Amino acid sequence: MKTYMELAPSAALTEEPPAAPPSRGYWGVVWQQLRRDPMAIAAGSVLLLIVIAAVFAPLLAPADPYKTSMIKRLLPVGSEGFLLGTDELGRDMISRLMYGGRISLLMGVVPVFAAFGIGTFIGILAGYVGGKVNMVIMRVLDVFYAFPSVLLAVAISGALGPGLSNSLLALTLVFVPQVVRVAESVTTQVRQLDYIEAARMSGASAFSIIRVHVLGNVLGPVFVYATGLLSVSMILASGLSFLGLGVKPPEPEWGLMLNTLRSAIYMNPWVAALPGVLIFLTSIAFNLLADSVRSAMDIRR
Amino acid sequence: MNTPNTPAQAAAEHTTPAHGAPLTDRGGPAQPLLLVKDLKKYFPVRGGPLDRQKRFVHAVDGVSFAVPKGQTLGIVGESGCGKSTTARLVARLMEPDAGELIFDGEGVEEYGGLQLKEFRRSLQMVFQDSFASLNPRLTMQEAIAYGPRVHGVPAAQALAQARALLARVGLEPSQFGSRYPHELSGGQRQRVNIARALAFDPRLVILDESVAALDKSVQAQVLNLLQELKAERQLTYLFISHDLHVVHYLADQVMVMYLGQVVESGPVEKIYNGSAHPYTRALLSAVPSMDPAQRTEVSPLAGDPPNPINPPSGCRFRDRCPHAHALCAEKTPALQAVGGDIHHLAACHLNDLTSGHPLAGKELNP
Repeated sequence: MKTYMELAPSAALTEEPPAAPPSRGYWGVVWQQLRRDPMAIAAGSVLLLIVIAAVFAPLLAPADPYKTSMIKRLLPVGSEGFLLGTDELGRDMISRLMYGGRISLLMGVVPVFAAFGIGTFIGILAGYVGGKVNMVIMRVLDVFYAFPSVLLAVAISGALGPGLSNSLLALTLVFVPQVVRVAESVTTQVRQLDYIEAARMSGASAFSIIRVHVLGNVLGPVFVYATGLLSVSMILASGLSFLGLGVKPPEPEWGLMLNTLRSAIYMNPWVAALPGVLIFLTSIAFNLLADSVRSAMDIRR
Repeated sequence: MNTPNTPAQAAAEHTTPAHGAPLTDRGGPAQPLLLVKDLKKYFPVRGGPLDRQKRFVHAVDGVSFAVPKGQTLGIVGESGCGKSTTARLVARLMEPDAGELIFDGEGVEEYGGLQLKEFRRSLQMVFQDSFASLNPRLTMQEAIAYGPRVHGVPAAQALAQARALLARVGLEPSQFGSRYPHELSGGQRQRVNIARALAFDPRLVILDESVAALDKSVQAQVLNLLQELKAERQLTYLFISHDLHVVHYLADQVMVMYLGQVVESGPVEKIYNGSAHPYTRALLSAVPSMDPAQRTEVSPLAGDPPNPINPPSGCRFRDRCPHAHALCAEKTPALQAVGGDIHHLAACHLNDLTSGHPLAGKELNP
């Protein structure tokens, strides 16, 4: 019996294929789609601007965000030397907003990424193994899921005490069940597809099947879902700080700034609204970008 | 190669881990490649909270058959008759509740028999849905090379093999090798699936409705490709289909299933020209004719197959059978040789003169 190696022209195996049409691959196509979407471009640019301002705050900020001045309290937007005015302790608003963005973005991104990692792992485990394991994992997480996310975040933060790391932990715990749910349902769907059966027919181990066939197809949808959580996480983090459960003063953080400037809303409404405007802008940009990524990734068939 | 004489010899054969060395013939030409004995699979049905009684769908209920070496066994039947479940049980994608698989004279997963991993290497499957059976994130050559790579073939060699296989199934490797499933047509994808199945040099290929989703012209091309590959590599096919034309074209042996059981089996010409079971006759008369003058006016079968949770007593076909008799409800007909031909089996009282059915042995119009 001849094997296929003998039947195939051996020259074709070694020589480079002539002028193969470049296949962009899945992510290439997604990127191309995103670049054509004006909404994605707009949201992406706004986010990029905010991120740059926050990351390079020490270089870009015009003043020290902690330096107070009793004389220069609550200056309006556009005052000389203080582009966006000053807060109730006379600190430069624009510098504080830039520095505050670092913590706010951190609290938006870190819990979501932590939850993405933990949740995907648990979700794939539950979805791939199925049966009783799935039931135990999912019912335990349903307990977490039963609470409204704000209430759960406040409760965990309250129990752990205020502080940055505690609120990061609280937010992560809030998001894990949500990510697990998505990862589990996508894995359950993928697991039933014929290519998993074909992989099993080839005698591959469960680990290899998960790594090659499950992970690649589950990460995408879960990632899109997690992008949508970024804005929720930021708002929740701001909420925690607003309630005094997050970052402690004098640390600049958008939610905390919103809280302390609350009393100045009648004297200087524009300055008081600024942190809120930034929270709003960032979260809406995250949401729009997540929407665009979702539709760009939907190119099957 | 002869049957191994000693257990030690047999064990030595089984420990050949290297991929690429095809499993060789052991049982000789007379030994069927696959023998299936009394295969059973019941799916439990969950009742309501007050319903304590455990019930089962009798998906596959005592199916036995043999696939001779180098031949094609076609399995036909209505939707839900257990064709695909049988395929999955044979491929061990599902654990059977009962039954034996004997591959080339060796029991699968038995003490001293063939290990599951070894068995799977010599058997591959091509599914119906060409899109769902390819990972959307892998290129065609990666998809084909995946199996061999799992078995430790170096990446470069596995890719070269994959490209050679693509060429063999009629897809230019330089053009299709690095494409993704969504960039191919259904027929092309099914060719890739066939190439992937061949990557192991299997001896048995299960084709589960593999051409059902393709349009007629592409179907013909793929069927011809399958015929060529079979001759070229001495493959044996287990071909599952509801399309009787296709089965007629491809199969050497045909097995007709109804509600989880075999009702008739035999050489293809015997089944198509001298079927002995009323169900087979009804199926064949339901095939659309190529001649518009010979339109089928009346449906040969009324109603749906009965509920597989509570199959009818005796003969399962009796409540749709035009020749049903009280006897059919009492006694289950066994698969018996039709007219003394041991290759043609049917499970119907009509063929058994001693069964007591009043119409037994008479010429009947279906």
